[in-house]
Amino acid sequence: MNAIQKPVNQKAWWLVLPVLVCVAFSAVLPLMTVVNYSVQDIISPERRVFVGTEWFAAVMRDDELHSALLRQLGFSLAVLAVEIPLGIALALSMPATGWKASAVLVIVALSLLIPWNVVGTIWQIYGRADIGLLGHMLQRLGVDYNYTGNARDAWLTVLVMDVWHWTPLVALLCFAGLRSIPDAYYQAARIDGASRFAMFRYIQLPKLRGVLMIAVLLRFMDSFMIYTEPFVLTGGGPGNATTFLSQYLTQKAVGQFDLGPAAAFSLIYFLIILLLCFVLYNWMQRVGTQDMKEAT
Amino acid sequence: MNPDARRFRKRSLFLLAYLVFALLPIYWMVNMSFKTNGEILSSFSFFPAELTWENYKRIFTDASWYSGYINSLIYVFINTAISLAVALPAAYAFSRYSFLGDKHVFFWLLTNRMTPPAVFLLPFFQLYSTVGLMDTHLGVALAHLVFNVPLAVWILEGFMSGIPREIDETAYIDGYSFPRFFLTIFLPLIKAGVGVAAFFCFMFSWVELLLARTLTSVNAKPIVATMTRTVSASGMDWATLAAAGVLTIVPGAIVIWFVRHYIAKGFAMGRV
Repeated sequence: MNAIQKPVNQKAWWLVLPVLVCVAFSAVLPLMTVVNYSVQDIISPERRVFVGTEWFAAVMRDDELHSALLRQLGFSLAVLAVEIPLGIALALSMPATGWKASAVLVIVALSLLIPWNVVGTIWQIYGRADIGLLGHMLQRLGVDYNYTGNARDAWLTVLVMDVWHWTPLVALLCFAGLRSIPDAYYQAARIDGASRFAMFRYIQLPKLRGVLMIAVLLRFMDSFMIYTEPFVLTGGGPGNATTFLSQYLTQKAVGQFDLGPAAAFSLIYFLIILLLCFVLYNWMQRVGTQDMKEAT
Repeated sequence: MNPDARRFRKRSLFLLAYLVFALLPIYWMVNMSFKTNGEILSSFSFFPAELTWENYKRIFTDASWYSGYINSLIYVFINTAISLAVALPAAYAFSRYSFLGDKHVFFWLLTNRMTPPAVFLLPFFQLYSTVGLMDTHLGVALAHLVFNVPLAVWILEGFMSGIPREIDETAYIDGYSFPRFFLTIFLPLIKAGVGVAAFFCFMFSWVELLLARTLTSVNAKPIVATMTRTVSASGMDWATLAAAGVLTIVPGAIVIWFVRHYIAKGFAMGRV
């Protein structure tokens, strides 16, 4: 969102109001309930004790949480490092017109449409050395691959599965963004004799800034909350190599019926995501405006 | 070979490699869906030894299975319609005007996607029981607004900002009212954005499991929840799950087929 030379009009709030009503009903109300839980010890629905910040302190001291958080950060950064460049490259190499464009678009989008629990289940079979294609092929190639026993293999399998599942999201956004660059830009660049890389760096990349911002933030926050796929694929194991934050949280909330600590945990969780997204957002906006200044 | 042709070859090779990578797990799912459970677990084969339609037959003849697809489609379409209807004017406001707190509200919208859904289960359950939305299509559709409305606003705002403001001003000078201008001039210009936003709303609502499962029991039970039934005490029913998985791709593939033109060449002006 560029705030350059936009007329001030407070009536624009009326246009935003429907969105606020929807989101307030389905997000703010539940969130307030969670805040309410986080400061109470809920013994039974009738008996509750106000405990203040006790749960927050307990959660902050939790060693298991710290290691889950570190694992989560590593995973999310790996996801971004692979999926964003791969998605851009894919969008650049997708054909723009003709039946090929349609066919490629549909094929690329397919993996997004599979329910997350099915994704996990399919990869569970797919990765097995005895009956799955991936495991079988790797074994043929002489790789000792076993995602149920080896922590590194399990982590890599979850990463590859996520790349397979979500790179199309980045690619589709970038593809739509690329299609919106007017031909005049390319013609001007061609007259200037710009190299392929210069064309990408100074024309395509700046024009993709908007969609890339959405793609980076979406992939970051969604990978930070990844739950279903690793849960179905590895169950968090072996050991806790693939126990990411949300799975740890669910163990707490569902497994032990500890509503108070679970609520405090999820608020801290939310604040971590919020903080990191805020940093990413501001950083990307600054880089973007610097780019624009350079261009003029 | 000239450098252009070589670059073209390299690009196509990369694209081809990715498509193979993308299709192999799906091929394996289709392969599984035509096998029996016994065959899936006992041997490795590229094609089913004895091709069986049993898994698909079960889904199409058992009402508890196919009604799941119908329920999912109903709430996904309600959700997509509401999301776009409320997001379009809001995105227009964010892209065209500055008003008190606009930037904060814009970022705050996205923060609603940042809460792990598992946390919301109990509050949602209590809230929806109170207002009588449990086990209704509308209930699930409303719950899914949490993550779809912010997404739609962000995507649409990006595309709208690419349309020069002169177009609005010219239309007003020509005497267009706001609704008429918005529907007949502005909307066609941002077709690509609407196509992408509609597809993503459809997709995220279609595959969401936790909320949809918690908020429904019988009348609005979605297909993703029905699928979890294949995990039972007697073990996994891999074959039926694979067949159901293949069938869940179909509606989305049809949707993307319809919006593909909007994504590929919807508008040729401005920036995203």
